[in-house]
Amino acid sequence: MAKVLVVTSGKGGVGKTTTTAALGAALAKAGQNVVLVDFDVGLRNLDLIMGAERRVVFDLINVIQGDANLAQALIKDKRIETLSLLPASQTRDKDALTAEGVAKVIAELSTKFDWVICDSPAGIERGAQMAMHHADMAVIVTNPEVSSVRDSDRIIGMLDSTTDKAKKGEKMEKFLLLTRYDPQRAARGDMLATDDVLEILSIPLLGIVPESQDVLKASNLGAPVTIAEPESSAARAYAEAARRLMGEDVKVTVPVERKGLLDWLFRRRVA
Amino acid sequence: MSFLSSFLKKRSTAPVARDRLQILLAHERMGGEGQDDLLAKLHREIMEVIKRHVSVDQDKVQIKMDRGAQCSVLEIDVEVPGLTDRKPAPGNNG
Repeated sequence: MAKVLVVTSGKGGVGKTTTTAALGAALAKAGQNVVLVDFDVGLRNLDLIMGAERRVVFDLINVIQGDANLAQALIKDKRIETLSLLPASQTRDKDALTAEGVAKVIAELSTKFDWVICDSPAGIERGAQMAMHHADMAVIVTNPEVSSVRDSDRIIGMLDSTTDKAKKGEKMEKFLLLTRYDPQRAARGDMLATDDVLEILSIPLLGIVPESQDVLKASNLGAPVTIAEPESSAARAYAEAARRLMGEDVKVTVPVERKGLLDWLFRRRVA
Repeated sequence: MSFLSSFLKKRSTAPVARDRLQILLAHERMGGEGQDDLLAKLHREIMEVIKRHVSVDQDKVQIKMDRGAQCSVLEIDVEVPGLTDRKPAPGNNG
């Protein structure tokens, strides 16, 4: 049975889609069977980040409405065999996501894959609720910035009250992924530090992804950063996070750009 | 010297962000919408009581809220017209 994981945040632009692609690719590289599901109906972008935008024929809504079956709608990644994508519809609106329809699709995906990773749209409306509804675990993507932390707190509240797991009285596993982190600015006291955010949100830390130019480069190319620039600081942070998701006990670090031996020696250790 | 003092005075901003968030979220976690309802209710009922005795122009009512870590202050500032023209209440003129 697959693990259903939602990547969510409340706030837009913090790196949900980047994270979905990077974590998914890292898990798939580690041999796991992974499907990424885009829930951002009307504003899909996961296909673009994955470099599959020209291969989309059918989408999640088509499958829900019975116009296509899953096998027809799933797009297999050309770089990693065990990675697939179920795109969102670009033309419909989020009302087309019915609770029963989504449940059926997730249930079917769960029989075929080890990981079903749901990329949530921003906000707390229907799309975001549908993306989190069937999840077993959640990755909350947060920037070290006040509005992002506030929205994450709200989303954590929703994960604990509105989801299927919450309604059954079960506990949803929640992890914080701190993205666009700048260790230097945090050290100067100009950016919320990891411990500040952890203290406020009080959920376990999955990883710290440093601000990295390679994330934009990878999206330009249409590849997850863990595939396009696997040696970059961001990719290594995502790879570590993926290992933690698989249950490995990996110490949380803030990887730095490897420019030479010195940088490697000075890899910062935190938490 | 002025360079030095300005350097020393320069405070880091992250602790401010942390404190603001802690206070804000403590309130939001208390039940968000419910709390907003309570404030609206308090405001409505307080105004009803005042209106029983004096006529109040809605535009002359200012409501302020200050949510603090330990306690919050709801401040309703009502401009009451014509009170100065009235006779002082009996027993209050000594």
